[in-house]
Amino acid sequence: MKLFRFRGGVHPESHKEAGDKAIEVLPLPAKLYVPVQQHIGAPAETEVQIGNKVLKGQLLAHSQGAISAPIHAPSSGTVIDITEHTAPHPSGLGVRTVIIETDGEDSWVDGLKTINPFELNTEEISARVGAAGIVGLGGATFPSAVKLNLGLTYPISTLIINGGECEPYLTCDDRLMQERPDELIDGIRIMLHALKAKQALIAIEDNKPTAIERMKVAANLFDNVTVTVVPSRYPMGSEKQMVQTLTGLEIPAGKLSADLGVIVHNVGTAFAVRTALRQGRPLVSRIVTVGGGAISSARNLEVPLGTLVSEVFEHCGGFNEDPARILMGGPMMGQLLPHTNVPIVKGSSGVIALTKKEVAINQARPCIRCGSCIASCPCGLLPLEMAARAKSGELQGAVDYGLMDCISCGSCSYVCPSHIPLVQYFNYAKGELAARRRHKQKADETRKLADIKIQRLEKEEQAKQEAAARRKAEREAKKKQQEAASA
Amino acid sequence: MIIAIMSLSLLGLGLGVMLGLAGRYLKVEQDPIVIEIEAMLPGSQCGQCGFPGCAPAAEALAEGSASVTLCPPGGRLLAEELAAKLGVTADFSGMDEDEPSLAAVSESTCIGCTRCFKVCPTDAIMGAPKQIHTVFKEACTGCKACVEVCPTECLQMHPIKVTLGTWSWPKPALAA
Amino acid sequence: MNQQVSNPLSGPHTHGKEDTPKIMRLVLLALTPATAFGIYQFGWPALFLWLITILSCIIFEAFSLWLARKPILSYIGDGSAILTGWLLAMTLPPWAPWWIGVLGGAIAIILGKQVFGGVGQNIFNPAMLARVALLISFPVQMTLWVNPLPMFSAMAPGFVDGLLITLKGFSIDAYSGASVMGHVKTEISNGATLTAALSQTYDNTALALGFVNGSLGETSALLILLGGLYLMRKKIISWHIPVAMIVSTALLATIMHSIDPEHYADALFHVMSGGLILGAFFIATDLVTSPNTKTGQLIFGAGCGLLVYVIRTWGGYPEGVAFAVMLMNAVVPLIDHYVRPRIYGHARSGKTLQYSEKKLARVQQAGED
Repeated sequence: MKLFRFRGGVHPESHKEAGDKAIEVLPLPAKLYVPVQQHIGAPAETEVQIGNKVLKGQLLAHSQGAISAPIHAPSSGTVIDITEHTAPHPSGLGVRTVIIETDGEDSWVDGLKTINPFELNTEEISARVGAAGIVGLGGATFPSAVKLNLGLTYPISTLIINGGECEPYLTCDDRLMQERPDELIDGIRIMLHALKAKQALIAIEDNKPTAIERMKVAANLFDNVTVTVVPSRYPMGSEKQMVQTLTGLEIPAGKLSADLGVIVHNVGTAFAVRTALRQGRPLVSRIVTVGGGAISSARNLEVPLGTLVSEVFEHCGGFNEDPARILMGGPMMGQLLPHTNVPIVKGSSGVIALTKKEVAINQARPCIRCGSCIASCPCGLLPLEMAARAKSGELQGAVDYGLMDCISCGSCSYVCPSHIPLVQYFNYAKGELAARRRHKQKADETRKLADIKIQRLEKEEQAKQEAAARRKAEREAKKKQQEAASA
Repeated sequence: MIIAIMSLSLLGLGLGVMLGLAGRYLKVEQDPIVIEIEAMLPGSQCGQCGFPGCAPAAEALAEGSASVTLCPPGGRLLAEELAAKLGVTADFSGMDEDEPSLAAVSESTCIGCTRCFKVCPTDAIMGAPKQIHTVFKEACTGCKACVEVCPTECLQMHPIKVTLGTWSWPKPALAA
Repeated sequence: MNQQVSNPLSGPHTHGKEDTPKIMRLVLLALTPATAFGIYQFGWPALFLWLITILSCIIFEAFSLWLARKPILSYIGDGSAILTGWLLAMTLPPWAPWWIGVLGGAIAIILGKQVFGGVGQNIFNPAMLARVALLISFPVQMTLWVNPLPMFSAMAPGFVDGLLITLKGFSIDAYSGASVMGHVKTEISNGATLTAALSQTYDNTALALGFVNGSLGETSALLILLGGLYLMRKKIISWHIPVAMIVSTALLATIMHSIDPEHYADALFHVMSGGLILGAFFIATDLVTSPNTKTGQLIFGAGCGLLVYVIRTWGGYPEGVAFAVMLMNAVVPLIDHYVRPRIYGHARSGKTLQYSEKKLARVQQAGED
């Protein structure tokens, strides 16, 4: 199949040591910390109370609104607390978390139905995917049911299954494709059926030869599922760049890939869809790669959601040296964790502990306008100009240079010889603009409320005056009557 | 030499006349800046700036008779924006470094006197005589007018806490 | 437990091998062969001038950083002051007095770089700014060229004599000679034909290999070229500016030479002599003062080449590289404003991309095959 090239991109060292390590099941932890927000959109609302006994897969919190996802119990046990616990987020802020003390039984909830998904229509499949709490497991965590429903409003010709995994260290998708190819193909075909798409392309980077082979064998049985090998270049796994590579078309600004007739889903999501539709089981665990130079032994684990990162590291033998940074995700777009007392959530593709040598970021120097950032940007932006404007507070200027088209992939920061934290400038600018928008919205609301109050007071004043005038008129009329009567 | 003097003088005269004519016939009548400034102010007409509303405050700012730091609900951000718009430098050190805050009624000490909701510019307090009052957080602008009139001091300002939804990245802290 | 982190770090949390000091070091490395040859050609005075220029740049940089209260060692450590001094020294007459080097360093660093805000903020190439300022202020000292006297040869001044030459000056009649370009220009303006002028002074090989007089960087075109190619190989500079500049000058020279061969020198002469190759590979390609985008760089290079030819042929000075580069530096912000890459998902005009039905259908068809 003809492939196209996307601009820019970088080649970080892949560090795929865990690629040879088969998926291990993590022994059940004593406590699970399940946040109600593990997805893009509105947080889920808790249904259980402290003291409730729950079974594995039982609904803990239901979704709120159109863009949301429910949360299920990752194992059986008792709800011992529902409180704010640190979220796996660089801010260190808390998130409402359901804390479950596991009873060791790991017993599934009753009533899980196994059905033939190919007898269901799009809405039924999406409803089950939504009810199972499935979100984009590549890390974006967008509710998958919403994406599958796009098949109703857009004509979809191609489903792209993202097996890119371009981030260094991460190998969870690689192992999934190596070890469970048949289940994956099944999940892919279910999605194809839901989207009513004509074909599925499984895009796998060329640094995963075993996965390519196994998936090819499994896909061979079906005409409409093909494996496509793509060059390994970061950020190949980004949706915009993946679509461009496979179709030669760019997703127009402000539009979706569905506008091109294409939907992209991660391999992990396909697996979760299969589990939900064939076995009726909601999303309660995921594959996580543990890696980094500070970890004694890198490996891939199947982890129940809500397991603390500290327990995951402990299982892997702890640190062999003091890590410089602990990240959730890969080194390019992963999030720095404030400490390890945070839970694994739906979007945790990996937890890596990097040494100072691997981080290799020096003190920032002034920009020398070398243009390396421009050459590496896959979106055709001018990072040096955007960062200079973000730094001096000229946020609208940064937007004019294309800030809102930035996917925050980090290629520019990766190559900058002056080690300038370009992406943090963009994140700051985007956040500041959002805060100002909220501020302005509040100001507009306030103005409306103030106007309403002024009008209310004026109306009251008017009513008072009318009432006074009426009473005066009545008094006059009465006086006249009395005068007429006495006359 | 005479020619040089004559020509330069004529040039100066001619340009001066053109400037005078332009100043008269191309003059901008109304000052649009007052309208722009008023749009920037919170619009809650709370009166904390000392002016009877946001419109008079905007006029005073445009004239230059009021300081850009006059608006507490607008905070430091507004002061900086006004300073930028008017092209003045201002000393922001006097501004309250308080984070934005919202009022809340401490229900155990409220006596239902109704003084607070009468002064609230956005009708954010709901209550009736002898009934416990409550503040609608979404409508509260943090102008503190209610706190000042409450006889039992049951109305307090609470800083708005940052949540995961409202948190944003700070600028990178660099030596450069 | 939910303590807000005071200074969170955003990704990416790893970095490539690129580093500013490394870039500067590679450029210095690329300059070394030509510099060493030039110093050998012109002897000890050249060495001292080179050292003094670089030292003065470092000292003025340290002074400016101290005034600006910036960390001195880490900023000087990036090597940009050394590079500026080195390049400036390459364009000075090799036997110029010591104060030319010192003054040049001061102008380059303070006026050319620090007053703009330090490294990365200057509009004009600092070395060229200094050279032009010196040329205009001290035309005599800046056009006193000497014939090459290889170090350790019979007539060449020794260590002490060399030091004295740099510190005190030298007897003009004993050593000096006109540079090739200067000689040709003077002869032509006196009415001589090109053939006559050239026959007295040069042959192509000598120009290429560097056995002619001129500044340190103007002599061996070949060694400079090798250094420039090395930089391109190491991806420090790209081919756009050097090629655009050289081709542009060569093209104009060819056109004019074919119109009037006796009064306009041919392309090879222009490319090989003077500072064109040094300018094309090391000066115009200065990262800070050249355009951001590749297309912009082509425009910039072409403009430099055009101006070099115009100034050399019709201008008052025999060499035009410094003026040409500075004039184009002034245009760079304009080039950068108008020449921008197309953003993903947008058309060139900036509007959202619109695909035709035909194109969309073709993609869907391709999938089915």
